[in-house]
Amino acid sequence: MLFFLIPVVLMVYTSLESGGVLTGYRFSWAWGTYASALSGKGVFMVRSLEFALLTALGTIVIAFPAVYWIAFYGGRWKSTLLFMILLPYFVSFMIRTVMWKFILADNGPFLGTLKDAHLLPQQFRVLATPFAVVFGLIYNYLPFAALPLYVALERIDPAMIEAAKDLYADRTRAFLKVVLPLALPGLFAATLLTFVPATGDYVEAEVLGGTGSYMIGNIIQDEFLNRARYPIAAALSIVLMLGMVILTSIYARTLGTEDETLTAGMTA
Amino acid sequence: MSATAVAGGITRTIPGGHRKRWTRFILPAYTYLLMLFLVTPILMMMLYGFNDIPGDRQSPRFFGFTLEWYRRLFENTELTAAVRLSVTVAIVAAAIATVLGTLLGLALGRYGFRGRALLSFVIFMAIAVPEIVLGSSLLSMFVQVRVVPLGFVTILLAHIGFDVPFVAVTVRARVAGMDRSLEDAAKDLYATPVVAFYRVTLPIIAPGILAGFLLAFVLSLDDFVITQFVSGQTSTFPLWVYGASRIGIPPSVNVFGTLLFGLGVVLALLGAFSQGRRRAG
Repeated sequence: MLFFLIPVVLMVYTSLESGGVLTGYRFSWAWGTYASALSGKGVFMVRSLEFALLTALGTIVIAFPAVYWIAFYGGRWKSTLLFMILLPYFVSFMIRTVMWKFILADNGPFLGTLKDAHLLPQQFRVLATPFAVVFGLIYNYLPFAALPLYVALERIDPAMIEAAKDLYADRTRAFLKVVLPLALPGLFAATLLTFVPATGDYVEAEVLGGTGSYMIGNIIQDEFLNRARYPIAAALSIVLMLGMVILTSIYARTLGTEDETLTAGMTA
Repeated sequence: MSATAVAGGITRTIPGGHRKRWTRFILPAYTYLLMLFLVTPILMMMLYGFNDIPGDRQSPRFFGFTLEWYRRLFENTELTAAVRLSVTVAIVAAAIATVLGTLLGLALGRYGFRGRALLSFVIFMAIAVPEIVLGSSLLSMFVQVRVVPLGFVTILLAHIGFDVPFVAVTVRARVAGMDRSLEDAAKDLYATPVVAFYRVTLPIIAPGILAGFLLAFVLSLDDFVITQFVSGQTSTFPLWVYGASRIGIPPSVNVFGTLLFGLGVVLALLGAFSQGRRRAG
């Protein structure tokens, strides 16, 4: 508990200091830091939210059909199939991202081959585009959507769906009226577990994107580690944290479910 | 997706094989294709670990098959030091976090006490908040409290910090599913609370503790964001790979990546095995 609270309190303290890198920082209730930290950062905040939203949607849309099939038709291979989906994530997150950079490089194994075959124009590129960043985010956060969705779907009793059929629901209706509502806790957890971390992420934007697709995390990282403007960086970080807490609680209020699948997703 | 068919039994009643196509071919084909796509960068990593390139930076061209890079694995002293640091930090942080997290998990799983809801909430926050917030708050703390310079100690402390909540959540799940009457039985048989704990409680929650330890180990080994914030000039494996990726990674990175992947999979299987069949995943 102290591991989390003390650092956060000290970060708030840091954000209220004033001074310069050379002269040192002194505590002074400098609320003005927040204004100067936020000015001009709107672009990055909006971009972060956009990318994170696309990540949440993308991971869910991509993972859902697969975990649906595994949960309902996997039989005794269920666990093995799920493990196969998760297998790539035993490689370090950094290596996965760097490998995508390698694969998608302008003259890398993938684009290079297509260009040599004249299937793509020479100047075509994937890296350093917003697409590459969202692609990387979706790839890296997929398990955080797949796991809670699987947990939720796996708990649904197939007899419920049979019952819907017996009551003359067609397939679409049975899916919309039975499967989807029962999968709601999973969808809820999946959006939170992908959206929140993706908002603060900066690695994909750095490795696969570049300055043109920087997110708010890149700015915080740069202010903290390269420029050592601690108060500004701390202020931005606090705004990010509060923003996430507020968004999360609004979301939880409107969709509110028990957090069982959420913790299942987090520990798995 | 909306047209997905459900439970097999009903299929008969509708004429035509239209419905079966979804569950028999389309969805499984999609699932296997997804698996293939997801594993692509990992296969590339393994493959290019055998790339017989002239220099020592990875190239998109595959020159031929060699075991050279496995033989010369420890030649790059910087990289080797980074891997060693990563593994050391992961083991030590996971061990300490397991002790602390187990105590926390036990407390949360069974005792009602003041501040319990708050504690649960803080643990939830520590897991749910973006990593960069944890990283920057830890850096703020280390900068404010200048007791140790940024480096091994701060990395270790930060890793313990983010590992603890995960161990606590894992252990709590196990404690919550435990049959309390077993402890009562031990007490009825005149076991002291301490004996009851070591002979009854601990063996029952042991799989949860082991799973928590393995989870913490894997998370530590993998961590980049928090480590980058608190590391100063020190490099762990992910940090070193990140630095190298700007100029091109040496093939030894592919080899280390492959070996650590193997280790991770073995640990995961061990963990799944120790958790038993009760919990999927």
